[in-house]
Amino acid sequence: MPWQPSADIHLLKQRAKVINQIRAFFDARDVLEVDTPVMSHYGVSDPHIDSIPVSFTPDGTSIGSSMYLMSSPEYAMKRLLAAGSGCIYQIAKAFRNGEAGRRHNPEFTLLEWYRLDFNLEQLMQEVACLIDTVLIDEVIEWHFWSYRKAFEEVLSIDPLTASDDAIKAKALAHVDIQMDDCSPRDTWLDLLMSHCIEPQLPAACFIFDYPSSQAALARTGIDERGNKVARRFEVYVNSIELANGYHELTDAQEQEQRFASDNAARSAMGKVSMAAEVRLIAALQAGLPECSGVALGVERLLMLASGEKNIARVMAFNHHLA
Amino acid sequence: MANYSSNEFKSGLKVMLEGDPCSMVDVEFVKPGKGQAFTRVRMKNLKTGRVWDRTFKSGESIEAADVMDLNMEYLYTDGEFWHFMLTDGTFEQYGADASAVGDSIKWLKEQEVYVVTLWNDAPIAVLAPNFVDLEVAETDPGLKGDTAQGGSKPAILATGATVRVPLFIEQGELLKIDTRSGEYVSRA
Repeated sequence: MPWQPSADIHLLKQRAKVINQIRAFFDARDVLEVDTPVMSHYGVSDPHIDSIPVSFTPDGTSIGSSMYLMSSPEYAMKRLLAAGSGCIYQIAKAFRNGEAGRRHNPEFTLLEWYRLDFNLEQLMQEVACLIDTVLIDEVIEWHFWSYRKAFEEVLSIDPLTASDDAIKAKALAHVDIQMDDCSPRDTWLDLLMSHCIEPQLPAACFIFDYPSSQAALARTGIDERGNKVARRFEVYVNSIELANGYHELTDAQEQEQRFASDNAARSAMGKVSMAAEVRLIAALQAGLPECSGVALGVERLLMLASGEKNIARVMAFNHHLA
Repeated sequence: MANYSSNEFKSGLKVMLEGDPCSMVDVEFVKPGKGQAFTRVRMKNLKTGRVWDRTFKSGESIEAADVMDLNMEYLYTDGEFWHFMLTDGTFEQYGADASAVGDSIKWLKEQEVYVVTLWNDAPIAVLAPNFVDLEVAETDPGLKGDTAQGGSKPAILATGATVRVPLFIEQGELLKIDTRSGEYVSRA
């Protein structure tokens, strides 16, 4: 029976060192470490993220109440922010159903942090600074590309204004796949992003100003060409997606609408709908301070720091061995 | 045949795609944090040998192919078919046509064991072992005392294949050939 860890011990030592570097980084910046529940009554509504359900059965009863392992600590951390925590960070265990592969493990570690009064630009600079701190052996030249620029550079198409048919034709010209004609525009864009653009990005690159339909929990704004965009960014290093950040949505009403449109998308995909996290809405109504926040995959960062190509190699036991 | 769903995909799986049997060479789960999940497969068409990337949506399923790789000993050719026999003691024979034998024709040697791929019980591909020992049918006379200089010359092997060999190799000698690169390795 294979019982040994999936990571070499020296990689676990490197992992411990990186975790210490992260803590020192935030200590020096006066950001408070917090710890929120891994198990919650509410799962995420994001159409492309599936929470892992668990059942809690109180002693003396036979009927369990359904709960979820958290896919990210975002909702709980925002409730802390609304309660006056100030800037906070967390090194959290996160769980996502269905996600397993060379770069995915269903249980993984997220470094998530929130900075009051930071705009997207300031947070991107801080993320770059943290990655520089961990990947100390490399001098990283950071690039900052808008989502539009990435598509224009690599595929000569404007992802914000091109017609649905043009996006679809571009995807079918580059990717061998069979898709329904009625697949949503964002699915075609995701296909182009993951198959054509990611492999062509500069070695270290921020992508920002996503289509407003991909805002998730980011606020929206108007870009320099007058298009509505999501104030959201992703970080790619050596074509590995490392982090996802938002200038956070603080409008409770808009948040409620996003929950509703997420669930509409989920039902169109044949997925169960997820009840809106009412405590988050209440917290937003009470007042979420102006802030930007980001979640970074700690194992992905370790893969870059160690040169390992498989996520299993940077965690003690991957899901097969767990 | 059964179907495989994208979450069951793994290297080595044999599936039907557009009417041809294919083998999965490499499987990668692709998912942006906030986007649609895909499974990207490096696929090999077992009939044509073509290798390319094919992407599947999560949950998409695909028909399994009735494909088996079996060890068989090469017997002889009648000019139209190349005949092989199972090495499992059943002595069952299969005739492979020229397209199934493909490039392996250069390395076919009687009594040598090959991997023959059967689809619906008919051979579609023949894979030579990594190394085979073949006799030199024809080459220029060897040059004595020239063993150290590293020059080379063409030699035609008993199978008809032409390989570059060192100058000291003589007609009739048995050579070890790497079938993957088609290169001379050593005297056998």
